[in-house]
Amino acid sequence: MFDQAESFVTADGRTIGAVMMEMKNITLRFGGVVAIKDISFDVREGEIRAIIGPNGAGKSSMLNVISGFYHPQEGEVWYKGARRPEMKPFEVARQGIARTFQNIALFEGMSVLDNVMTGRLNHMKSGILSQAIWYGKAEREETENREVVERVIDFLEIQHIRKTPVSRLPYGLKKRVELARALAADPKILLLDEPMAGMNVEEKEDMSRFILDVNDEFGTTIVLIEHDMGVVMDLSDRVVVMDYGKKIGDGPPDDVRNNQAVIDAYLGVAHD
Amino acid sequence: MLYRESGDFSETYKADSQTFPIKFDRYRYYAVLAFAFLVIPFIINDYWANAVLVPFVIYAIAAIGLNILVGYCGQVSLGTGGFMAVGAYACYKLKTAFPDVSIMIHVVISGGITAAVVTVFGLPSLRIKGFYLAVATLAAQFFLVWLFNRVAWFYNYSSTGQITAPDRTVLGYLVTGPNTEAWSKYMICLVFLTISGIIARNLTRGSMGRRWSAIRDMDIAAEIIGVNPLTAKLSAFAVSGFFIGISGALFFAVYLGAVDVGESFGIQKSFLVLFMVIIGGLGSIFGSFAGAAMLVLLPVLLKNILVGVLGWDTALAAHLEFIIVGALIIVFLIAEPHGLAQLWRVAKEKLRLWPFPH
Amino acid sequence: MFPDQFLFGVEVVINGLMAGVLYALVALGFVLIFKASGIFNYAQGIMALFAALTLVGIMDGQVPFSHLINAIFGTDVHHFGWHVPAFAAILMAIAVMVGLAWMVQHFIFRHLVGQEPIILFMATIGLAYLMEGFGDLMWGSDIKKLDVGIPQGGSFWIEEATAFLGGSNFYGFFIDQLDIVAAIVAIVLVVLLVAFAQYTKQGRAMRAVADDHQAALSVGISLSFIWVLVWSLAGFVALVAGIMWGAKSGVQFSLSLIALKALPVLILGGFTSIPGAIVGGLIVGVGEKLFEFLIGAPFLGGATENWFAYMLALVFLVFRPQGLFGEKIIERV
Repeated sequence: MFDQAESFVTADGRTIGAVMMEMKNITLRFGGVVAIKDISFDVREGEIRAIIGPNGAGKSSMLNVISGFYHPQEGEVWYKGARRPEMKPFEVARQGIARTFQNIALFEGMSVLDNVMTGRLNHMKSGILSQAIWYGKAEREETENREVVERVIDFLEIQHIRKTPVSRLPYGLKKRVELARALAADPKILLLDEPMAGMNVEEKEDMSRFILDVNDEFGTTIVLIEHDMGVVMDLSDRVVVMDYGKKIGDGPPDDVRNNQAVIDAYLGVAHD
Repeated sequence: MLYRESGDFSETYKADSQTFPIKFDRYRYYAVLAFAFLVIPFIINDYWANAVLVPFVIYAIAAIGLNILVGYCGQVSLGTGGFMAVGAYACYKLKTAFPDVSIMIHVVISGGITAAVVTVFGLPSLRIKGFYLAVATLAAQFFLVWLFNRVAWFYNYSSTGQITAPDRTVLGYLVTGPNTEAWSKYMICLVFLTISGIIARNLTRGSMGRRWSAIRDMDIAAEIIGVNPLTAKLSAFAVSGFFIGISGALFFAVYLGAVDVGESFGIQKSFLVLFMVIIGGLGSIFGSFAGAAMLVLLPVLLKNILVGVLGWDTALAAHLEFIIVGALIIVFLIAEPHGLAQLWRVAKEKLRLWPFPH
Repeated sequence: MFPDQFLFGVEVVINGLMAGVLYALVALGFVLIFKASGIFNYAQGIMALFAALTLVGIMDGQVPFSHLINAIFGTDVHHFGWHVPAFAAILMAIAVMVGLAWMVQHFIFRHLVGQEPIILFMATIGLAYLMEGFGDLMWGSDIKKLDVGIPQGGSFWIEEATAFLGGSNFYGFFIDQLDIVAAIVAIVLVVLLVAFAQYTKQGRAMRAVADDHQAALSVGISLSFIWVLVWSLAGFVALVAGIMWGAKSGVQFSLSLIALKALPVLILGGFTSIPGAIVGGLIVGVGEKLFEFLIGAPFLGGATENWFAYMLALVFLVFRPQGLFGEKIIERV
């Protein structure tokens, strides 16, 4: 199914579109260390793509390349059918790519509401003069974006903490707020860096539900890094497996699960 | 019993995001404004104006400016003295070159010129952070003081090297020069303070303020979610420079009347305004007022008590002032890094529950 | 033999080197504290002033806080009437600086563990103000003369020895003996400090603490001990610097302004490098004197020494923020 160029409908009724983003022969080096070696894969519109691999495989670095934070020495990133020139992270964000971080990067000096509102900054256009005056254009824009943000807050069920300073929140809720901030940006592609890390079973179920809902309701393409195999197998349409900076597997979860190289590197020896 | 929010709900997002959502706060704000504008001008005298009120108002504007840069956007600046000098000298050159234009316009333009200069000195912030940036602003401080000392064009080739403010009027009342009345000095500064406060409040609660705070809290994350660090940081420098320039212009034209750049705008001035911002509360407009008030009142109080009442000499009072200010900075940084503004917020929260403890 | 202008230029360079050594002495104190705690101690200059004031006060037998005591009790005491010899006074001054180090650690920085660098820096600004007022209150703010027996005045020996360079004009280099002594002292200090940091257990612990407070705690390093040690060392260096500068130009407030000059020195040399402090000091010392000689005085109206060092530092900050010898700073997401 994933080989064809056109969009198609999966077994459970979701529509997966054409190829949206492509990594072509990406190589990333830090001094003498090769973090990513000649990796290519694509991401289709509307799919949930997982990137898995042992620690240090280069997964977060790959997300950083997609975000524009790292610039690969070789290879190209293609977005919506065109080669993406080297750009700064904030320009990448404006193209519709939002993300969460492995070690929570919330703005600790602000409340939950203000943090999620920062997700809307790309959509807020009023200039400094109208803001200085406030009444009229700036106030309207603030109220409109507030409405969008409140919908995201409702969606992720964090209304009760919206005025709480994020520094006071427990880990699991912080992760949810970070997701809210990323969603508020109305992204085309959502990058999630270990969204379930450090969560218990209940929290993981909630987060999985949210991720599926986002993909289902808004059609957002999702690329996620995750260690929990159960989550990966259940959530994702396709998986990329990395080890020591190289790609060792690429395909639907079932294919990857039975790939010997992947099993050897990551999952351990099979019992039968 | 007095200070309650029950029943005081916002029904629209618009109402929720206003400056004073609690009714009591709003009425108190109007009361303070009314007192400042309608009562003080009639009871003010020369001593109060020169010792307390006019410097307080002017420093409050500078503190608001510096707070935007340091408190909201997290960019440290030790160049406030030099930047105030830019405002002062710009005002001087404008007044002497265009004597018929109103001084109010000159002050605003001086603010604009200062904004441009500060933005230029803010360019290094794109590469360096934290107190490395502080060093860059130190360069600005020393360079600017040297510039206004050495380049005679700035003081119109006067032989003393000083600049003096010519007499100017607004609506027929004298506002600069030695014959100005106390209330008129106070009023012109108050007008600028009120407008500055409102503009600052509006900027910090909107998307501009969010961009600044995002850069302050985690600039890498801010950039990744779409904030352009260049425009965010430079805009903070520019807006900050605008307010600081206005305060410098008023400091020279209305308050001092004559200025020697090394004495009036040296590095001690930069520290003074920074202390106001730290003690008052980083990232708080109210804090800028509180800090300015404290650091203007403290030396006056000390002098009155120690010299006036106890008969000690002024040098002793000055030494004690240094000790107290230094100790205050340390105490605030340890115990309450969000300054007086935070203490005030906590007090209000307790007041909401009073007489219950929690 | 050589033209006068050139010889004068060489003399400027040599004097610049000497000034640079004195800057380096102050910068050393900064590096020590920064290496061990990540704190940029803005109060280092004031510490040098305070150390010098204390030394003079002890030597002259001043009554501490005499001004305050006289004001409260209406008395008129100023001196005890004795004089303490230089060597004993220096030892006592060191003891005072160690006590100061303990107080600073106990009352201030113990409570600021793990805070961001900018908060720590602002705390040291507060400390600087506090110490300035305290020093003035304790010993009075008039200029004091400091004489610990260091030879001063131009070195006739060098002047004679180099006289031949001017050919028929007999141009001899005027180099202050004090500066020579200062240079030697500085070099000895640097060698000792580098040896301490690299080869002793405490030195290694110091470097661990500079890297990460919490991590150092977790391997059992006593943060408070290391910090008291480091602040004492910095206090000792401050005393040396205070003696050198004080002997040169008297003990007065402007001594503390040297601290501000140390910032560019550190930026050039790298905040964490002890030898870097010397190199940075020399570059700044020579640089600002040469700039003033070649460009400042003739073309810019003079007094460019006020800002040249900072502009140079600015350039470094933009292109090479870790300085010549410092460690590169890498940011991670």
